[in-house]
Amino acid sequence: MRSAWFRRTRRTTATALVSVLALTALAACGTSSSGNNDEGSGGGSSDPSAPLDPKTKLTLTIDCMPPAAKQPELKEWNEDVKAFNTIYPNIKIEGRSTPGQCLEPPRFTAMLKAKSQPDVFYTYFTDLQQVLDNAGAENISAYVTAKTVPALADIQPDVMNSLKHEGKLYGLPTSNYTMGLLINRKLFQQAGLDPDNPPTTWEGVRSAAKAIAGLGNGIAGYGEYSAGNTGGWHYTATMYGLGGDIVDASGKKSVFNNDLGKQVVSNLHAMRWDDESMGKTQLLKWGDLQKQTASDKLGMFLAAPDDIAYMVQQLGATFENFGMGPIPGGKATLFGGNNYMIKKGMSSDKIKAAVAWLTYKNLTVGKGQFDWARTKADGLPVGVPQPNFWLNTSKTQDDAARAASATMPVENFKAFMDNPVKGKAEPPKAQEIYKVLDNVMSGVLTNKNADVNKLLSTAESQVNQILANQ
Amino acid sequence: MSAPTLSPHKAAPPPGRGAGSRPNASREAFVRDLRRNLSAHGFLIGAVLCFSFFSWYPMVREFILAFQKTEGGETTWAGWSNLTTVLNDPAFWQAWRNTLLFTGLALVLGFAVPFVVALVLNEFRHAQGYLRLLVYLPVMLPPVASVLLFKYLYDPGYGLFNRVLELLHLPQQQWLQDPDTSMLSVVIAATWMNMGGATLIYLAALQGIPGELYEAAELDGAGVLRKIWYVTIPQTRLILSLMLLMQIIATMQVFTEPFLLTNGAGPEGSTTTVVYLIYQYAFNFNNYGSAAALGLILLVLLAGFSAAYVRLSRGGEDE
Repeated sequence: MRSAWFRRTRRTTATALVSVLALTALAACGTSSSGNNDEGSGGGSSDPSAPLDPKTKLTLTIDCMPPAAKQPELKEWNEDVKAFNTIYPNIKIEGRSTPGQCLEPPRFTAMLKAKSQPDVFYTYFTDLQQVLDNAGAENISAYVTAKTVPALADIQPDVMNSLKHEGKLYGLPTSNYTMGLLINRKLFQQAGLDPDNPPTTWEGVRSAAKAIAGLGNGIAGYGEYSAGNTGGWHYTATMYGLGGDIVDASGKKSVFNNDLGKQVVSNLHAMRWDDESMGKTQLLKWGDLQKQTASDKLGMFLAAPDDIAYMVQQLGATFENFGMGPIPGGKATLFGGNNYMIKKGMSSDKIKAAVAWLTYKNLTVGKGQFDWARTKADGLPVGVPQPNFWLNTSKTQDDAARAASATMPVENFKAFMDNPVKGKAEPPKAQEIYKVLDNVMSGVLTNKNADVNKLLSTAESQVNQILANQ
Repeated sequence: MSAPTLSPHKAAPPPGRGAGSRPNASREAFVRDLRRNLSAHGFLIGAVLCFSFFSWYPMVREFILAFQKTEGGETTWAGWSNLTTVLNDPAFWQAWRNTLLFTGLALVLGFAVPFVVALVLNEFRHAQGYLRLLVYLPVMLPPVASVLLFKYLYDPGYGLFNRVLELLHLPQQQWLQDPDTSMLSVVIAATWMNMGGATLIYLAALQGIPGELYEAAELDGAGVLRKIWYVTIPQTRLILSLMLLMQIIATMQVFTEPFLLTNGAGPEGSTTTVVYLIYQYAFNFNNYGSAAALGLILLVLLAGFSAAYVRLSRGGEDE
């Protein structure tokens, strides 16, 4: 009797278990639609340009809340939410945090395809086309005015333009960067060079690199990427610096296979093989040069100022050891940055709430990310030259507040700050073009007998093919 | 639902399912059978559901995706345009050349080395278990750890390999950094990482060969090489053929090793493989249609290859 009962129970349990597993599998396959149900209440004005009614009640999910591992940043986030709630007590800010890098392209792409991005989601300047292709973001032009974003007129126009498409605005910026020449001050001093005056021409870079490599012990003078599309990215930045371009104004034809393009490649080839000032290890990608520089094995490389914060916070280097100058050539420099967009399909109130939060957190001098006194008190770096998208009064106020709370020798970045170079956006189909140009970079850095003309003409035909397939 | 009819030529009908039984009786038998094996069917349904959602559905979806384009949040039929895009991509042929080079080199090295190691191991009478463990250990290392190890060994500046060459007064190599040697270096690392499993399979096959065959060969005056050629290889032919097929299918889909060792493309794109190109399309360029189209080309080629192999091997058996 007992055994029959036991058998029956066992069978029932097994069937139940299988059913649960099957249901779990089904549930896992389903796509979740993010919080669109909570469309809020409050009876705000129907005029998009009117500021958010403080009585409005809704919940807003926001990307990139700092993870628990980043305690000071998380503390500041929570403080900002609290301060925001004193103005808008009924807006519930629900942060979504990611443990590592906030935006990982594969994950971001998948999120966009599945329409599972938060209400307010983080993007790079270069993501706009991809977001629009997937109908991912709201046109917020009508919601962003001098009333809702008081410092709007003081934001650099090229930063705002990077968020526009056909005259419509799709996001609000959080930071921007322009590329320059990052140097290791210790190695400069050891090689008898002046760290306060980094080289501004490629001839200067070449001779400084030779001097630094002369220190021996596997120290390289100059470093360059050539893998993971970052080689093409730097080739583009170098071309911009010399006044060249990658794609013509029509966006349909490549323009890098010329004397300027050859000059970039031949210079690198000479530094790598004739001077031997670029180290033996190549095929480097983002992160590799930072590691070498932080461990005093590399003298110079092209970078954005946020690389310094990365080297100090993640790799244990000290701010005092780094400096920056403008990009060699100085004709133009590649610029980029980060911003937030608002998910397509949000209610008018939600868009207003999102704009209000982004304005408080990222676009108010002295508040949120620009509260430099608090940043210093929390032990976070103050004094890295960017974000630096302010103009006029906002710039004066922000520069003063930043200098007053600086936790690093800001004079080390004087050469970079005092010689601003005009920013230039990335070419169309940037990543695909960078992949092709990686071959040019890896070609000259890994092959002593590389045929520069052949590398460039092959890349030219490949890029033209990419542009023709747009 | 009715019970399946069984051909009298293939199997005798089970009790209660015979040709003469009433339809109701066969249904009852089926229900009884279902009840009796309820938990088995439950587990089967779970497995089928999991396979459906996580294996078969993605395959069908990939096929559909290869003929679609997603723009402006809308999916439209794209006909053959994804395939045309892929075929016109200059990287396409380079990726295939590289993949075939990897497969060729992996067959020479990755197929031969484990077999030779197994032959040597088989000769040891003592400590064979210990030696088997030693050979298998690299397989237990996570691939990323193995790759990082090799990356360090290959480093032209600080790597152990170049240090050894230096000590021997031999010219130093660029290994992964030179377009001429990069793929070979990847294959060497991949062979080291994966040979443990293959070696154990060969060893098991070798140990299944009756000792009398070797004794007979010895009596006939066969040396070591002749014993291998006339006894070992014919006796392990089936497992060798199977491993060859598996190796070809696996190597044509290589991704991890070149991706981690040379950051995907390698010097002048010399280690870009077909699967890396698929990854690029999907996750760097957001072009799922072309990624799926390229995946489909690979699938068709591998399926065709497998079918041809099965046909050939059947032909061999019939002879």
